[in-house]
Amino acid sequence: MAAQTSTKFKAGDRVRVSSREHKGHHRTPWYVKGKSGVVVKAHGAYTNPESLAYGGSGEPAVQLYLVQFRQKDLWTSYGGPDSDNLCVDIFEHWLEPA
Amino acid sequence: MPAVHDRGGVPFDKPIEKSDHPIQDWEVRIDGLRAVLARKGLLKTDEMRRAIEALPREKYESIEYYAKWAEAVEAILVEKGLVSKADLDRRMKGQTR
Repeated sequence: MAAQTSTKFKAGDRVRVSSREHKGHHRTPWYVKGKSGVVVKAHGAYTNPESLAYGGSGEPAVQLYLVQFRQKDLWTSYGGPDSDNLCVDIFEHWLEPA
Repeated sequence: MPAVHDRGGVPFDKPIEKSDHPIQDWEVRIDGLRAVLARKGLLKTDEMRRAIEALPREKYESIEYYAKWAEAVEAILVEKGLVSKADLDRRMKGQTR
């Protein structure tokens, strides 16, 4: 795996998930697209599934983050407590500063 | 509407089927085939996922877990020209040539 040392985000940073259209294989669930959350942890760089899925090498590796969202931000009719969260692993190229 | 596999939070009017069943011989064989192909560098997990996600919605909704794997293995092997669809279809009908 190619070393990619620079990370764009760190724990505590507020980020927004891109809502851009993407037809091919990707691992960003629909319900977080366009939503804002907080980086919990930088996992390190992983080969890119958007390339691996089509027989590619997955290089260059991409930083992966654990991002925490408030459930009530994700679901308009959410009935649980405000403190409920959902954490999702999201690759750096799907994130922008919020 | 999200793609068929991207279903987190999508309402579902039936209770989730939680009962288990003994693993079937063909399911073990599909897993074995997938593992051998992966070991030989002919099939990646992400390719499997992409092929499963590409199943027509009706098929995706109606077939079970390992049947999706079987469909995906076939799709990738055919795509890479490692087997031909015609050959597979012949063998499935019990013809050897």
